[in-house]
Amino acid sequence: MHYAPLPMHIPDGFLSVPVSLIMWIVSLVAIAVAIRHAGRELGERQVPLMGVLAAAIFAGQMLNFSVAGGTSGHLMGAAIATILIGPWAAVLVLTTVVGVQALIFQDGGLLAMGSNIFNMGVIGVAVSYFVYQSVRKIAGGRSWGIFAGGFLAAWFSIVIASLAVALQLAVSGTSPANIAVPTMAGIHALIGIGEGLITLGAMSFIYASRRDLLVSGQTHTGSNLSVWVVGLLAAIALAVFAPLASIHPDGLEWVAEQKGFLDLAKNPVYKVIPDYLFPGISNEALATIIAGVIGALLVFGVVIGIAFARRRS
Amino acid sequence: MHIHFLDPFRESDSPVHRLDPRVKFILAVAFIFTAALTPAGAWPVYLLLLSLVLSVELLCGLGIGYVLKRSMLALPFVLAAIPLVFTLPGEPLFSFSTGSLSLTISQPGVERFLSIALKSWISVQAAIVLASTTSFPDLLAAMRSVKIPSLLVSIFGLMWRYLFVLADEALRLLRARQARSGQTDRPGLKPGGSITWRGRVAGGMAGSLFLRAFERSDRIYMAMLARGYDGELRTSPLPPIQSGSRLLLYASLVLFILLLAAAVLFWS
Repeated sequence: MHYAPLPMHIPDGFLSVPVSLIMWIVSLVAIAVAIRHAGRELGERQVPLMGVLAAAIFAGQMLNFSVAGGTSGHLMGAAIATILIGPWAAVLVLTTVVGVQALIFQDGGLLAMGSNIFNMGVIGVAVSYFVYQSVRKIAGGRSWGIFAGGFLAAWFSIVIASLAVALQLAVSGTSPANIAVPTMAGIHALIGIGEGLITLGAMSFIYASRRDLLVSGQTHTGSNLSVWVVGLLAAIALAVFAPLASIHPDGLEWVAEQKGFLDLAKNPVYKVIPDYLFPGISNEALATIIAGVIGALLVFGVVIGIAFARRRS
Repeated sequence: MHIHFLDPFRESDSPVHRLDPRVKFILAVAFIFTAALTPAGAWPVYLLLLSLVLSVELLCGLGIGYVLKRSMLALPFVLAAIPLVFTLPGEPLFSFSTGSLSLTISQPGVERFLSIALKSWISVQAAIVLASTTSFPDLLAAMRSVKIPSLLVSIFGLMWRYLFVLADEALRLLRARQARSGQTDRPGLKPGGSITWRGRVAGGMAGSLFLRAFERSDRIYMAMLARGYDGELRTSPLPPIQSGSRLLLYASLVLFILLLAAAVLFWS
């Protein structure tokens, strides 16, 4: 079968109970708010539309394409769902997908489901919405905004969600932050490109055949400033907090102490373990990725600020 | 082309299959919760939990091999916990060095790592038993009985109903791509274009899948309207849980609590 589990679905046993419960509570609140909003925007059409779209996202994850060396890219779907049906309905659709994956296919745990829903359904959707709407605003109605927005939304949603996964593992004491964060970010920076390419392809197909779904404000109405803000905050908080957490790894101090090279610990020690365990992904890569993410966000912020200022004047 | 083999439900007539789905659902979640709360290093408790889930597997006649094979799905994630072996402070068990690198395996690290791996393995087996012995409509009824919002349960139900239809569509798309893609054995001649091109082709397939889903959902909505749909999905009320199942539920919950209490008292 083409059904391949993504490293994004946390199984049971990897999260501590407090983390699982907190993530469940956050997700339940988000779902409750989404149910209220989606009902208002889609009306009674919502049940068939969201059910079938959830099935389509699930089936869409079987569509893969070979990247290199036996690996393949495929779809997670948060970005395309957000773009097509709006953030609130997308939260419910992604929740359904994650729920069925856990209940039926054991792809992700039951207790960890709250966390998985949060990472893919809440973070993924909010970040996608924030990036897509911002890029479209900057493009000012020109069509490149739709495509660039789609690609970037897909990439950012994957990478930021993976940072959330890494942080949850780190807080649970399952995986040290200094290893989990760069590894997850590194892997998903690549996976995100595959996601971005598929999203781009899907959007150009839809643009060619059903432009109304993309251009005329889709099936949902009104702008969702609150989702935009949540997406912005999530992106910035995770992009700043994750590297901070990975710079202060408790475990490393102990290794350093043991070897008696605390005096040497100024900088080479940080490289010892990541280099050894994950060849190819050193802290330099982490630094580059994080710097890239932060830089991109800063540029983003400035550009959006300018765009808003210009519109108001 | 039907991809019903995706459905993990195995029809059979075992006591586990016959058990009330609500009881099964609550017990599975409680079991996973118990495993999650058990402190690291409480090996006897882990053994008990493992033997518990194994005996339920025997009871439902799925075949241990089937469950074990499926449970390997969560295995790759164990990689994420491996660094713990080296980074957790504590009594060193073993250390080796190559050149300037030095790694020490600590006892608490190994303990924590094994506990996480065991926990996740035990939990995933419980989830497999639940999914293989409960049909999806029964699971939906169980979800409704634990007060999951009915809108969400309805979306779950519709997704499940059309999952196989859309998975069939996806398989047809994949087969069509394969049919129009040339393959050659000649060395140096690689089929397919650049990664960007391949990504766009897969994206086009995804796009057409989504469009078909949109249009299908319109038709489904019309059909539902024609049958009197008014925004509310009606379901028949669930029968009360039988006293035997109820007894089993309470007894198991008490057992879980006792196990947990023992685990916390002796091993934390």
